Parts: sequence; structure tokens; C-alpha cells
Amino acid sequence: MTEASASPVVIVDNLTKRFGEVGAVERISFEVLPLSTTALVGGNGAGKTTTLSILLGLLLPTSGTVTVFGENIFRHRHRVLGRMNFSSPYVDLPRRLSVAENLTVYAHLYGLDRIPERLRTLARDLEITAFLNRPTGELSAGQKTRVALAKALLNEPRLLLLDEPTASLDPDTGDWVRSYLENWRRRTGATIILASHNMAEVERLCDHILIMRDGRIVERGTAAELIGRHGKSNLEDVFLSIAREPGGVAGKDFSAVAQ
Amino acid sequence: MSGASDIIAAREMFSWRRVAALLLRHLYVLRRSWPRLLELAYWPTMQMMLWGFITTFFLDHSTWVAQASAVLISAVLLWDVLFRSNLGVALSFIEEIWSRNLGQLFVSPLRPCELVSSLLIMSFIRTTISVTPAAFLALPFFDVWVFQLGPPLIAFFANLLIMGWSVGLIVSAMVLRYGLGAESLCWLGIFLVGPISGIYYPIATLPGWLRPVAWALPSAHVFEGMRGVLFEQVFRVDLFAAAVALNLVYLALSWAFFLFMFHTAREKGLLLQQGE
Repeated sequence: MTEASASPVVIVDNLTKRFGEVGAVERISFEVLPLSTTALVGGNGAGKTTTLSILLGLLLPTSGTVTVFGENIFRHRHRVLGRMNFSSPYVDLPRRLSVAENLTVYAHLYGLDRIPERLRTLARDLEITAFLNRPTGELSAGQKTRVALAKALLNEPRLLLLDEPTASLDPDTGDWVRSYLENWRRRTGATIILASHNMAEVERLCDHILIMRDGRIVERGTAAELIGRHGKSNLEDVFLSIAREPGGVAGKDFSAVAQ
Repeated sequence: MSGASDIIAAREMFSWRRVAALLLRHLYVLRRSWPRLLELAYWPTMQMMLWGFITTFFLDHSTWVAQASAVLISAVLLWDVLFRSNLGVALSFIEEIWSRNLGQLFVSPLRPCELVSSLLIMSFIRTTISVTPAAFLALPFFDVWVFQLGPPLIAFFANLLIMGWSVGLIVSAMVLRYGLGAESLCWLGIFLVGPISGIYYPIATLPGWLRPVAWALPSAHVFEGMRGVLFEQVFRVDLFAAAVALNLVYLALSWAFFLFMFHTAREKGLLLQQGE
């Protein structure tokens, strides 16, 4: 690997986001290296989704900087958004449009060429061919997740951000999505940042973990390092021990504040 | 900077392809829903019929209307241009909120000015679909050929369309900031300017203190201009110029207001959260 390609894809420096008096993210700093999968882990209101939103340029921070592919995301988001993408079960695609129509619209937004060919390949890989012509609003949760992934992979992103990619999926579908993501990252050499509550998923997919609590990063390392450091048998127990420390997760819900 | 990099820089700033992608998104919705298409044309046609029959009655009882039998029907159709233009912008935007699609759109390279451009073009398409059938049906039903207004009709249409864009952008900005609770502004906003636009009566009919407010609206100049053409066969260039000037100011202000609210939405984290 050359020195240039080893430089971080994402650099977050002293990032703070406050909604009025309430701090959603407090002076966090981290770097994400190319070809890695980094997890943002934490309870509800820990600041994971807020951090992802800032990384995507959807939310402006109170202070601090975020550099993605060497560009300041707040000043030059349009220079890098074409190389990124995002998927979340909490953000929909237009329900009345068919799956193929939705993917076509987004393919144009990303300026893709040979769109029918790209759609066929993605549909085959993600096993959505059978319902390409069905309205997106009529799909099951599992089907919607695969369609959302198809949208997120349309532009072959070098950086993929995922917010709870397997939330509300049955174990079988969840496992299928995790396997797909593992293979996709290995095949494409892309970088993934994912926010999740599912510790088994994080342990399986991620080679670097940031545990957030009350808007701060309180632990970081690989799954093995965290498990060893806390003397636990798995990541779930590490998460619970951190969450239950005095002054731990207080169930703050910043989405309400943001509204 | 070389020519090639100039072009790349310009494409970075604004992409017609991304604007077309958003138009495609709305046209897909229209194409797959014939009731929506029918509804677009239904209300202007019903309005035209209602006012057409009222006009027919007045023709025998009012010398004012008898001077220009097309005045009420033309006024109804032009008012609908303003009304539909506003709805065309606001409803296309609210459609993104209903479908919780804003977050998806703005993690793509889409720029706010491209979203606004697509809303304005979509408004033109919706307005044209809305008022064209009614304009043609006025001939067999009431023997009124709206196109007798001639080239001034284009000037009236364009001015009302642009004024509708301004109102629609302000409504969209309010919905972006305050959520679907502000949705009713789609209808409230435009009906607020209706009574003082002089749609069916001259501005001189209004109380003196209200007239300056009316003259601050491009629509007042348009409807006065329409009566000038129908009653006196004169196209008042002064009224046209005033409407254009006011429209340019209001469109710039409403566009800036939308961008300001977009910035506020990014500060408050609303892009991922607005929805039903």
C-alpha cells in the first residue's frame, strides 16, 4: 500500500454538536483508515446518528472539523459526496415509485453511465430482480433493506456509511445482509463506517470500534482489544459494562431536541 | 484555468442532469397515477364552468361585463395559473417530505439550487397540464377563446407563474423549517393575496389604504393589464414592466429565503428527520 492510499479517508477533529444547551456530540476525534470497517457503537442518544449526519454534511457542527478524502466536508461536500453513499432504515425512498424508477432517479443524481446495465448487475447481486417493478412502499422490511443497499451501492462508493443496517430484520435476512457487506467490502476495497446496536454484527464486520456515551467516545480499539481490556467474553458484555458505569447512558434522545 | 477545467467546475456548481433526475422522479409519480393527472385538470375546469355560467347570467344584467364577456373566464384561468404554480412548487417539495426522501437526496451530490430549479420546472409542467384543458373547453361551452388575448397572454402567464414560484418557495422553506405542520400554508398563502390582486375587479375598488399593498403584488399589475387588453384592446407596457420588476425581486428574495432555511435545517438536523 502506498503512503498516499494509507492516509485516512476520514479525519474527525474535536467535533462538537450542541442543540441549544444540550450537547449531542462533545469534542470527539477519530480517523478512519482506507479498507477498514469502523463501528460507532452506543446506546440511544449516544451521538452515533448525529456523528454520521455530520460526516455526510447533512448536519452542521457547532465546532470542529471533518475531512473526507482530504476535503473539508462542510465547505466542499459536493466534491466528495459522489464518492460516498449512505443507507439507513430510517430514511425512505419515494414509496409510490417502483424500485427500478427509484434506482434510475438516483443513478442520474450520481451521474452514472450505462444505467440499465448497472441496475441489472446490482439487482442480480442483491437479489431484488423479482420486485424491480413493484412500488417501493409495498416491499417487506427485508426487501426494503436490500433496495436501500442497492441505492447506496449504485455509485460504487469508496466510503459507505450505514446506520443500523440490519435493524428490524429477521435473523436470516440480517445474516444475509452482513455476509453481503463483508463480501462487497473485500471485493471493492471500500471503507465502511457503521452505527449499530447489534454487538454480534459489530464483532463480525468491524475491525475498529468506537464506543460512544453521552456524545463522547469513551472506548476505542478492535473487538479483541476491548474484550481483553474489560475482561469480558464478548463485545455485548463490554458494551453493557460501559453503559452501566455510573453516569452512563442516560437515555438521552437528541432526535427530540433536534426537532 | 483551462477550458476543460472551467466546464468541470461549472458542472460541479450546477448539473442539469441532476435537475432532470428530480423531474423524472415527479413525472414517474404523475405517469403512474391517472387520478392525479385528472385532478390537476379537474379543478381549473370546474372553476371555469362555474364562472362561465355566472358570466352568462351577468351578460344580460351588467353592461360592464357585457363589454368584455371573456373577462371573468380569463380572470379565472389566470388566477388558476397563479394558484397552480404555487401548488406545483410546494406540493412537489412536500412530496419529498411525505416520502422521507430529503435525507437520501442530500447525501447525493444534489445541490439546493438544483432542487429549487427542478421544483420550478415541475411547477411549469403541472400548471400547464392544469389550465390547458379548461382554456380549450371555454370555447365550446361559452364561446370564449382565451387565446384571443394574443401575445399578452404569454406575458400574463409568465408573470403569474413566476409569482406562484415565489409563494411556493416561501411555503416550501417554511415546511422545511417547521415540518408538515406548516403544510396548510400551501393554500393559505396564495388565498391571502387573492382578494388584493384585483382578479375580478379593478384595484380602484379596494379601499385607498389597501391599494399600495395591492400594487406591490405582480398579480395586481397582471389582472389590471388583462382588463386593459379585454376592455380597451391596449397592452399596458408599464403594468407589464412593473410586474416583471416585482417578480424578479420576489423570486430572488424567496430563493434566498429557501436557501437560508435549508442552511437552518442543516444546523438543526432537520434533513434526516422531516416526514410523516
